[in-house]
Order: sequence, then C-alpha cells, then structure tokens
Amino acid sequence: MISIFQNYGGELLYGLGQTLLCSIIALIFALIIGSGFAIMEVMPNKFARVVAKAYIELFRNIPLLVITMFFYVVIPMYIVEISGFAAGTVGLILYSSAFIAETVRSGIQSVDPGQMEGSRANGLSFWQAMRYIVLPQAFRYVIPPLGNQFINLVKNSSVLAFVAGFDLMYQGNVIASDSLQSMSTYLCVGVLYLILTLPLSYYMRYLEKKLA
Amino acid sequence: MLHLFDMFNVLGAYSWVNIRFLLEGAWVTVVVSVLSIILSYILGLILGVIRYVQIKYVSAIVGFVIDIIRNLPLILIIFFTYFGLPQIGFKPAPIWASVIAMAIFESAMVAEIVRAGIVSIPTGQMEGARANGLSYWQALRFIILPQAVKNMIPAIVSQFISLVKDTSLATIIVLPDLMNHAQIIYGQNTNYTIPMFLALAVMYFIVCYSLSLLSEYLDHRMGQSNSKKAKQAEEVAESAER
Repeated sequence: MISIFQNYGGELLYGLGQTLLCSIIALIFALIIGSGFAIMEVMPNKFARVVAKAYIELFRNIPLLVITMFFYVVIPMYIVEISGFAAGTVGLILYSSAFIAETVRSGIQSVDPGQMEGSRANGLSFWQAMRYIVLPQAFRYVIPPLGNQFINLVKNSSVLAFVAGFDLMYQGNVIASDSLQSMSTYLCVGVLYLILTLPLSYYMRYLEKKLA
Repeated sequence: MLHLFDMFNVLGAYSWVNIRFLLEGAWVTVVVSVLSIILSYILGLILGVIRYVQIKYVSAIVGFVIDIIRNLPLILIIFFTYFGLPQIGFKPAPIWASVIAMAIFESAMVAEIVRAGIVSIPTGQMEGARANGLSYWQALRFIILPQAVKNMIPAIVSQFISLVKDTSLATIIVLPDLMNHAQIIYGQNTNYTIPMFLALAVMYFIVCYSLSLLSEYLDHRMGQSNSKKAKQAEEVAESAER
C-alpha cells in the first residue's frame, strides 16, 4: 500500500481533488435546485406541486448511471460536445437534487403550520414567510440529513469513473491496471474516500444526537 | 445530416430481437437484486443486532466495520471483489462478484437501519420483559425485534429500491444486466441510443416506483397505527400529570 502511495501519489491526489471539486459543485447546484423543488412541493399552486412531484419521482427512481450515461452518450451525439467530468457532474446534480428536495420538503413540513399561518396573518406574502420564517427553521432540522446526502454525493461521484471523469475511482482503475496490484490500489482508494466521508459521517451523527 | 426519423427510430429499436435481449438483461438484474436483497436482509439483521447488544470488543469492531463499509462507494467494493480478491486466490464470476459486493454494502446499510429501529423501541419494553422473567435474548427475540422490524420496514424497502438502482453499476465488471444489454444494442447502432435510454429509464422507473409506492403505503399504515398509539400514550401522560 505504501509503495502505491509513493509511486502514484500525484495521480491519487489529483483524483481526490477532482472528486472533491465535482462533489462541491454538485452539492451547491443540487441544494439550489432541490430547495426550489421542495418549495414548489408545498406551494398552494397545484400545477407547481405536480411539476415538482414529477421531477422528484422521475430522478429518484432512475439509476444515477443511466442519467450520467445519457449526458455522456446522447448529448454529445446530437447537441453539444461535453467532457466526461461535466456529464458526470450534471448527472449527479439532477440525481442528488431530487433526494435533497425530499429532505428539505420534510424539513419544511416539520415546521409547525402555525408559523406560516401566523406570518401570513401578520401581512407577509407567501414568499416572505417562506424566506424569513419557515426556511430558517426548516434548515436547522435538515442539516444532519443534508450532511448524509453530501456523504452519498461524495460516494456517488465515483460514477465519474464510468465517463472518464478523472476522479479518484477512475485514477484507481488506471493505477490498478498499471501497477498490477489491484488489491492494494483499491485499499488506498478506499482510505482516501474514507478520509472524505468518515469524519463527516461521525460529525453528522453527533449533530443528530445534539438536536434530538 | 441529422434526421429526426433516425434519432427516434422506434420501430427498428424496439424490434422483437432487441426487446428480448433487453428482457434477458432485466432478468439478470432481477436475479442479482433478489439474491442480494435476501442475503443483505439476513446479514444486516444479524449485524445490526450484534451492534446493538453490547458484546465486549465484538460489537465495537462490528460497528466500526459497518461504518467503514457504509462510507465507501459501492463501485469501489464491486471492483475490490472482482479485481482485488483474485489476488488472494478467490476468483468469482461477474454475477457472484456483484451479488457478494451488493450483499456486503447493503447489509451494512440494513444493519444501521436495524440498529436505529431497535434503539427507537422504548426501554420500558425490555425492562418489562425482563421483569416478567424472560432472559435478555428471549426479550430481544420475542419482544423487541418484532416491534423494531415492523417500524423499520419502510426504511428497508427504500434501501432495497436503491439496491435495484445500484445493480446497474455492476455493468462495469461486464455483468450482463439490463444496462449492459442496452449499451450493447446502442453500441451496434447509434440510431437506437435515445430509444434505448428511454427503455432503460422506463423499465427501472416502473420497478423502483412501484417499490416506492409500496414503501409509502407501508409507511402510511405504520404511521396510522403508531399515531393512534401515540395519541393514547399522550392522553395517558396528560391524565397522569393532572
């Protein structure tokens, strides 16, 4: 294992950086899109609710690999040339946003409806009440589940290995076939993934206990 | 020159030969999913209980291993079983490698659900059972676990939904599943790409969405019976306060 780190440290670190970059980009966009659809799901407008529900159910029930391969194979064939990294990140954003939307929606619904009614009665519009009263309270509840979603996102970013996204998993495959030591290579890759996910996972468990 | 007709060449793409080939892949997906579901449910239940009962050293080690497996990507575990294990003399076929990898990964997930399910049972249940003369294991087996399993069924069903979706990742070790067969078809004729992705999306969606409806239904039913109990408990607590 140590010889793998010595000989291929640069490649592994580059892969780690790409994984982290992809996860953070995907997290930011998935949070924005997911929160948007979560708000749409609790809006009084029926059409908005149906659209949000359809989006969430569609992307929650199709494998991430199918979504990613669609962007990697079909989009360059007919529309525009995109790199594997971009295709993987877009797939990851769409897939994760559906899960984040469900998480945020459950957070919004866990806030007492009296909060919304009270702020509407005090003259705030739906959006003002959402923005200043409901969402700040909802986000406090959903921080531990959102953290778990981020861990899932980091793990799921390994799908970039399918589309030549040069992430940690992809570099691991390259190194495994180059060094012919697949077992210790995959152990190294595992250690690097754990450095990203394990501390976060323990911190989220601590937060859950603190909030509960 | 790009023709709309070629892009959506539905008649050619969905010929009987292709459909049959896709269904053969779907069958492999179903077999791998069912085998891994059974294995991971049994293993997960055992591991979850071991983690919950405080056996010296054993529970701590099992807990740590579960945490490690849960925080690794499934693809890595699949690669490890298919390419890593042959180095120590164990060489599984793709189908068994994927079943083993899925079972390891998902049983860690199920174990965590089981542990949370057991923790959510009020401690009074265990104390009452012990006071009535049951041993610790009898109480666990006949009092705690039946209630815990009932509570955690919706979570387990949604875990199995992601298992079905994750079987698609095993195409990377050339498991001849639904995804792999679709790739073979559109690899032979690029005009079939969009119809094949459509077919993939529809087939996975039907399976997963019906499972998620089942999970929602179970959740709803549990919720109803639980909220009734919760209401009764609240009333009892209120009357005790007065």
